[in-house]
Amino acid sequence: MQMVILATIPGIVVQTWLFGWGTLINLMIACITALLSEAAILAIRRRAVGFFLKDYSALLTAVLLGVALPPVVPWWVTVTAVAFAIIFAKQLYGGLGNNPFNPAMVGYAIVLVSFPVPMSQWLGVQSMISAGETLSFLQSLQAIFHHLPVIDSYTMATPLDGFKHKDLLDTQTAFSSIAALQVPSLNGWLWVNLAYLVGGLALIWLRIITWHTPAALLGALLVMSGVFHLIDPTDTATPFFHLTTGAAMFGAFFIATDPVSSCTSNRGKLIYGAGIGILIYIIRSWGGYPDGVAFGVLLMNFAAPLIDYYTQPRTYGHKKAKSGLKVGEDN
Amino acid sequence: MQTASIFSFHGGIHPAENKAQSLQLPLGRPSLPSELILPLGQHIGQSSRPLVKVGDSVLKGDAIAINNGFLSSFLHAPTSGTVSAIEERLIAHPSGLSDLCIILTPDGKDTWTTLEPLNNWQDISKTDVLAYLSEMGIIGMGGAGFPTQVKLQGAHKNPLTHFIINAAECEPYITADDMLIREKTLELVLGIEILQHLVEAENVVIGIEDNKPTAIAALKTVLTQRNSNIQVAVVPTKYPSGGEKQLIQLLTGKEVPSGQYPADIGILCQNVGTCVAVHDAIKLGRPLISRFTTLTGDALNASQNVEVLLGTPISHLLDYADANPNALHRLIMGGPMMGYTIDSPLVPIVKTSNCILAASKKELPTPAPEQACIRCGMCEQACPASLLPQQLLWFSKSQEFEKAEHHNLFDCIECGACSYVCPSSIPLVQYYRHTKSSIREAREANVKSDLAKQRFEARKARQDAEAAEKEAKRLARQKAAPSKTTDAKKATPAKAAPAVAEPASDDSKKLKVDIAIGKSKLKKLQKQLLEAQEKEHVEDINSLQLQVSDQEKTVASLEAQLANVAQAAPAAEATPAPANDELKKAKIDVALIGVKLKKLQKQLDESPDDQELKDKVAGFEADLKAAQAILATLGASAPVASAPKAAANDDLKKLKIDAAIAKAAVKKVEKALKKAEEINAPEIDAIRQQLQDAQQRADELEKALANPEAATQTAETTTAKAESVADSANADAAKKRKIDLAIAKAGIKKAEKNIQLLKDQGKDESEINASEWPKKLIEAQEKLATLESEQPTPATAKTETKAVPAEAQAAADMDLATQIKKEKIAVALAKAQINKLNKRLENSPEDTNSIRQEIDAAEKRLQSAEALLEKLIHSQTNMQENR
Ligand code: SF4
Ligand code: SF4
Repeated sequence: MQMVILATIPGIVVQTWLFGWGTLINLMIACITALLSEAAILAIRRRAVGFFLKDYSALLTAVLLGVALPPVVPWWVTVTAVAFAIIFAKQLYGGLGNNPFNPAMVGYAIVLVSFPVPMSQWLGVQSMISAGETLSFLQSLQAIFHHLPVIDSYTMATPLDGFKHKDLLDTQTAFSSIAALQVPSLNGWLWVNLAYLVGGLALIWLRIITWHTPAALLGALLVMSGVFHLIDPTDTATPFFHLTTGAAMFGAFFIATDPVSSCTSNRGKLIYGAGIGILIYIIRSWGGYPDGVAFGVLLMNFAAPLIDYYTQPRTYGHKKAKSGLKVGEDN
Repeated sequence: MQTASIFSFHGGIHPAENKAQSLQLPLGRPSLPSELILPLGQHIGQSSRPLVKVGDSVLKGDAIAINNGFLSSFLHAPTSGTVSAIEERLIAHPSGLSDLCIILTPDGKDTWTTLEPLNNWQDISKTDVLAYLSEMGIIGMGGAGFPTQVKLQGAHKNPLTHFIINAAECEPYITADDMLIREKTLELVLGIEILQHLVEAENVVIGIEDNKPTAIAALKTVLTQRNSNIQVAVVPTKYPSGGEKQLIQLLTGKEVPSGQYPADIGILCQNVGTCVAVHDAIKLGRPLISRFTTLTGDALNASQNVEVLLGTPISHLLDYADANPNALHRLIMGGPMMGYTIDSPLVPIVKTSNCILAASKKELPTPAPEQACIRCGMCEQACPASLLPQQLLWFSKSQEFEKAEHHNLFDCIECGACSYVCPSSIPLVQYYRHTKSSIREAREANVKSDLAKQRFEARKARQDAEAAEKEAKRLARQKAAPSKTTDAKKATPAKAAPAVAEPASDDSKKLKVDIAIGKSKLKKLQKQLLEAQEKEHVEDINSLQLQVSDQEKTVASLEAQLANVAQAAPAAEATPAPANDELKKAKIDVALIGVKLKKLQKQLDESPDDQELKDKVAGFEADLKAAQAILATLGASAPVASAPKAAANDDLKKLKIDAAIAKAAVKKVEKALKKAEEINAPEIDAIRQQLQDAQQRADELEKALANPEAATQTAETTTAKAESVADSANADAAKKRKIDLAIAKAGIKKAEKNIQLLKDQGKDESEINASEWPKKLIEAQEKLATLESEQPTPATAKTETKAVPAEAQAAADMDLATQIKKEKIAVALAKAQINKLNKRLENSPEDTNSIRQEIDAAEKRLQSAEALLEKLIHSQTNMQENR
């Protein structure tokens, strides 16, 4: 868990650099909320507070939510998301290891559904080109704790949003007309995704996660977008676009790999990851939300136990793998 | 010398090796301790039986305990001295158990007994060599302690492709095998050669991890010198490559099928220590009285390997290795991965003790508190058996035993790799051990209750059959008595007819019931055996195997008896000659069984505790009784030389059924033969014999079938005549009988109603059976049957002239009635079975399919029985109307 948190650092750095201090402030709020709610619930459940706080799981949830939420989202959105994630999505299910859903994504989905407006306030990317316009620390604070009207001028949709709302324009026009899709902005998301890719690869290299889920997720996304782009190049985005925008890499390496709520066997992980990849593409292209990582992950969380039952590895000394729930005569 | 190819296995871990510590010093030889503690159960299987008494003085190498059954071993005095006690002592065991131990006080002289090497091992039979090894107390020294001769015997099942010598020694800290190879290279190779002579494998491979370069070099030198074709396979260091199944996978690429043994795929594994022990036993005549053990751990100042006498208390060794009591934190028998903590240093070294790890606190800290499983999957990546340890943990915690079994819990080799990698410090293996033992306990409880139920049912069936027999005899007597008043000459055949037919058919009924019971027992046993094999319950497997073959024998003999009886019945009635033959055969049977029984009883006298023997004796006693019963029947029938034609029709039917049964038996045996041929089982010949017998039986029956068919015609004419004459019946008697019948029927109804009531009240079967109603039901049914069969009795009141046809009529009616009775019982039985099955269906939803099938079969049986019954009743009424 510790290592996973550390592996998010490159991504956080890039995000801060691009979006300003908001990301860090969000992280602080998220971490404090997480630790407080975890401690409170543990105390109520009469568990050893200190012992369980040290497993870093609450902190990890907080970090994942902190970077997933828009940088200038009002503080109460972050608090709601984190508290809901810890209290409802994790502790009420019996604590770490017993939660069927990815807590961070449950929290994210809750605020996304409840507060759609602040949740779409991604700042226009303050790239190196317009470095002077990066929100100062103070501005960020103000934006988060008091609604600052000036901020509105800075916020804009993410490229995915832009793409989604392009209406009848064809891709070409969309790319040129939507500010968010302009080079610096797109590049910004590219950098963010690359940073998370680096962190994720480090996790694989350190054997903290296996390659199966991310590879399957990205592979499925690649194949889906590739096929549809080939069929209709004018109305669909390129595979490259899909892989490098939004939460693609972050989701693949940090969200989908949450061990508790994902599949256990290697084969299961492949199916699970591919399922998320397909769902992300479907939600992005035809769904009502700009990005589909949260819902894709949650939907596949539902399916994880089932997948597990049907993807037991072949045990030593057995001709074929067992599958299903029932104790059959097969072995 | 060649090098072998290497494969790989899934998972595995690389814990710190910690092997260097114990290799600094040369092999040590500790002094004699003040007493040696020799547990009687050092091996898997039954404990040895002491050969010595307290106060006896023994020489080094004298046998002090003898094997106790098949899966057992000998024990020898590790030094000369006196037996000071035979008592319970603490032994090295994960749960700190005690066991009966022979305590030997050394006299300090260490005088050897006369050693008799087995110089002619190449010339004498292999069985004799194996027996010799058993007498030398050789068991597997790698871990489990499986008696070597048993393992070698098992290896003869299939031709061996690989004979693997396990020198991997993958556990951290342990270097005993490493040291043994270095010190006794030649002995090891010679030992392997002896074993290879015994097992004749295609390839002989020594599997050794690459972290023992000195040992590998030593081995290679000796092998090259000897120009040996023994191969050395150097495998990469990875825990648990020394696990038998993993080493097999590493060296052959094959997997031992779940629930089977390496021998089943033509592989035999032996530990290096065992090979050296085999050499010492055969070439030097030395029994297994000492072994190499690693003394290591930070709490010892002089970590080293020692050649230690069995029975040496560990405290003695700790002193020898200069233990620092303050630093000692945990004392472990075995390695850090698969070993277990021992609480007392007073426990002795046994044949399987390969390492004593005296760990300091820093070395083996108290395990961190267990945290929640985060399903990180590390354990799965490490598991060499490709299990899903995290799922098994989940099922273990939630006690979902079926799911745990479904996830192949019993394929876990308890290597501890998963616990080692678990970031939440979960002692996974402990959970698995606990779950495994819970499942085993549940299973045993099941088996026990099943057995009790079986016994109850068998007794009930026997009682019913006996009652039926008595009733039949009474009937026969009743019928015979009045006929005495008639013409004596003419009465004889009539009297003889039912007398012969009745017991014979009753006997066969009883036998059929017995066979059914025997078969169901057999099925259950086979299932148990299968389970046991899957779970590697070595002890259970052996006893179950014996039980299964016993049961098979019992069923076969019952079937043979049935055939005999079936044959005897028509034969006795048709011609006297075959009856005599049968008689002779039956006599021989009785004699044979008697002889066997005596032999067994003698054995039993020698070893009164042997449960298997007892079972066998009981089985033979039953057989004997059955055979005697047949003999008695036959004896009764033999002098009767007449041909009671009326019975022919019935006989024909019976014969046909019997022929069908015999044919089915032939088919079954053929199937068994095929299967046996497939697995190349040693029982093939016996099965072939069985097949021949069965075929002969079938042929004979068919012949008999052809005969009575001719007889039937005569019988039919007789019956017709009889019917035409016997048309007037005593009206009064008929009325009375009708009343009786009504009463009996009412009785049946009442009993049935009461039973139903009990069932509705949710009483289970045994309770119902315990109540008086079932008995009453049967009584009433029998009464009814009796009454119905008595119907023609009024014929006796008739004049002498009419007596003969009347008797014939009586005989015909009688048969019909008997058959009706039989069918009624069959119907009742089938119904009861269906009820039972339905109940079982409710209780065990997981077996639904198989139970459903059984229900279907039972229902079919019921239907056919009912149809037959209807037909019979119909023909009976027809007959009565015609009269
Ligand atoms: S290694 Fe431990 S925490 Fe990880 S999945 Fe296995 S049991 Fe759970
Ligand atoms: S102890 Fe059992 S489950 Fe754990 S790694 Fe070994 S074989 Fe697999």
